[in-house]
Amino acid sequence: MIENKCEAILEKHYEKKGSIISILQDVQETFGYIPEDAVFWFAERLNIPASNFFGVVTFYAQFYLKPRGKNIITACCGTACHVKGAEPIINRMRADLAIAEGEDTTSDGQFTMEKLACIGACSIAPVVIVNKKVYGSMTPEKVSRMIKEYEKSSPR
Amino acid sequence: MGFISNLIEADRMAEKKKAKPKIKTAGRANAAPMKKPEAETAAKSKTITKAKTKAVTKGPEAKGLTIRVCVGTGGLAAGSQQVIDTFHLELSARGMKSAIEKKCVNKTGCRGFCAKDVLVDVIVDGDISTYQFVTPEKVVRIVDEHIISGQPVDEWLVGPDYHTFHDKQTKVLLKQCGQIDPEDINAYLNIGGYEGAKKALALTEFEVIEEVKKSGLRGRGGAGFLTGLKWEFCSMSKPTPKYIICNADEGDPGAFMDRSVIEGNPHSVLEGMIIGGYAIGANYGYIYIRAEYPLAIERLKIAIAEATEKGFLGKNVFKSGFDFDVRIKEGAGAFICGEETALIASIEGKRGMPRSKPPFPVNKGLWGKPTVINNVETLANLPMIITKGSKWFSSIGSEQSKGTKVFALTGKIKNTGLIEVPMGMSLKEIIYDIGGGMEKKNRELKAVQTGGPSGGCIPASHIEMPVDYESLMRIGSMMGSGGMVVMDNTTCMVDMAKFFISFTQNESCGKCVPCRIGTKRMLEILTRITEGKGRESDIELLIELGTDIKMSSLCGLGQSAPNPILSTINFFRDEYEAHIKEGRCPAGVCKALRQYIVDAEVCKMCGKCARVCPSTAITWQPKQKAFIDKSKCVKCGACFEACPFNSIL
Repeated sequence: MIENKCEAILEKHYEKKGSIISILQDVQETFGYIPEDAVFWFAERLNIPASNFFGVVTFYAQFYLKPRGKNIITACCGTACHVKGAEPIINRMRADLAIAEGEDTTSDGQFTMEKLACIGACSIAPVVIVNKKVYGSMTPEKVSRMIKEYEKSSPR
Repeated sequence: MGFISNLIEADRMAEKKKAKPKIKTAGRANAAPMKKPEAETAAKSKTITKAKTKAVTKGPEAKGLTIRVCVGTGGLAAGSQQVIDTFHLELSARGMKSAIEKKCVNKTGCRGFCAKDVLVDVIVDGDISTYQFVTPEKVVRIVDEHIISGQPVDEWLVGPDYHTFHDKQTKVLLKQCGQIDPEDINAYLNIGGYEGAKKALALTEFEVIEEVKKSGLRGRGGAGFLTGLKWEFCSMSKPTPKYIICNADEGDPGAFMDRSVIEGNPHSVLEGMIIGGYAIGANYGYIYIRAEYPLAIERLKIAIAEATEKGFLGKNVFKSGFDFDVRIKEGAGAFICGEETALIASIEGKRGMPRSKPPFPVNKGLWGKPTVINNVETLANLPMIITKGSKWFSSIGSEQSKGTKVFALTGKIKNTGLIEVPMGMSLKEIIYDIGGGMEKKNRELKAVQTGGPSGGCIPASHIEMPVDYESLMRIGSMMGSGGMVVMDNTTCMVDMAKFFISFTQNESCGKCVPCRIGTKRMLEILTRITEGKGRESDIELLIELGTDIKMSSLCGLGQSAPNPILSTINFFRDEYEAHIKEGRCPAGVCKALRQYIVDAEVCKMCGKCARVCPSTAITWQPKQKAFIDKSKCVKCGACFEACPFNSIL
């Protein structure tokens, strides 16, 4: 299974220099995260030490070594959002989703909550993004309502 | 296009709240509601009705009808795609299919005033009427009354603040954003697009560099290095191939001008790259862009495909014998990759860690070859410098800072959005004339933060200062990429400093010790101050640490990371002291330091606090002042945020 998908990704990047990041981006797009097996597969085929891959994976914020929730809720924490009250929103999200401190995914794997430095939609701050959908001018109340709606559409 | 369709979902909740049109406008001359002579209107509606009954295949000629809908990230979040769809639906229901086929409904990029999205221009025979807060529901009436009957819906038109916002600006770079369809190269060609590149390719490389040098254009990404000089250094470098990189890794929180320029006018950036590539002798260009900007990436891809098809990119550009290819590289979420050498490492597929300079990228850059890295805004300025000449460009701006600068005006200000002003405009004009002053009437301006996490705060007392590279440097801030976050008296400066240092601490790559450990220590000290555990010597310690980190860090990130702290200590030392010595947060932001008592003198007995309290700690009855029972209070801060009169201490 993994082999076939990886082979397809490799074909796209074979000739290009410096393609580790692009390969990993495609792996993540395909699997939703970076499975360790995939990393070892590429390391062997490309004759690049796996440590190089892991070095890149752990350096960039966008790569995940663990599977993520079905719905990804991202809170923007840029300056404008911070000034306009991102923190109460994040606290509410954490409470509503019952995600433990130090964790980022609900125990049933339905929701992953993450923070992002800035998505550049500062004029409609504070901003929350759910599965790439952008919600502007958020408040804790709106977040609660929004989470309830997503819970309805994907029951726990 | 998958990304786009995903992004295009509306923010209904925000929309409903915002969609309260209260301001009626007289507009300015060309935007004034047009009252047609009755006979004409009648005649027009007659033809339309006639045609409506007659033809489905051949609708009436919508001569001179153009509808422009903003589809920037702000516009899409407010539901502009639905607005476009509804326009199509309503127009075709009224037999105006041919108008749609003629593309009378145009998508445009961000026009800067995202706070009033969705903004729609309806242009009938050259008369422009701009509507604000447009929703799909409102489209029906606009189509019926304005487009069919020629009577603009006055109550939904933009108010005078829309005009004051725009009138004081000097739009050079953003002029076309919000006017042209960013996904159609012909729209760009119609307004003289790619003329600059054509003209440049007819000149010698040396002449192009001289022209850019004479214009005085300085890098818009932060440090403000002269662009022409950078090019000259690179062109003098012998090894080949050379590269030109467009830095679109706009990581500064609170800045979004690069995103808007790419989303609104991607071809201007490509054209700038062609000019730059030709001048330095590079046949390859890279655009390094954040993956957090899916819409900008999509539009760039479309633009590159279109330009290649027209022969503006690829082999033999404009039949001049010059070959130029552009490739997009998506970032993977690391702020440090905005630093030149880290960016290069990232394109090479490595961890994005900076290295010490020299050698500078102009001598040894991507794959060890000479490389020029220019910011999006810098590149987008080039086509106009070449077409209109360096004299024209250097006539705008101040003594040492030429041209205009785009700022992202955000925070607690009335008109948030993207603005473009000549360099050297006073901060006061920006905040009060363009920005419209504070967001809430009873609040006062405290400070303006520029330059993001590398910049500093400008206190309200310095509001008369001109905004250009030198003045900002002098006050301990910097231009940075152009974020401008406005703060009022409910913003705690210590909390702000903590916010920025926790950002840079998080984004520090860890290669050099001063930045890796120094920022961590600073964050610890600031955290304990905001928790009321600050020590007497902490301020001095922060100054000492900050100065050392600035002097000894490897790259720009560490060298500028202490700026927000040093500048807030410089201007707001009393706030730090209040936290440390009195255990009090004057702005009431630091939760641990709030007392949670009601100031009986200020309380207006509205009861809002009691309604939001989750632990029933607040007792209140109509016509009675609220009281907080400390034994029940969980210090959640809900009452504090709910109180409209700042009466909770």
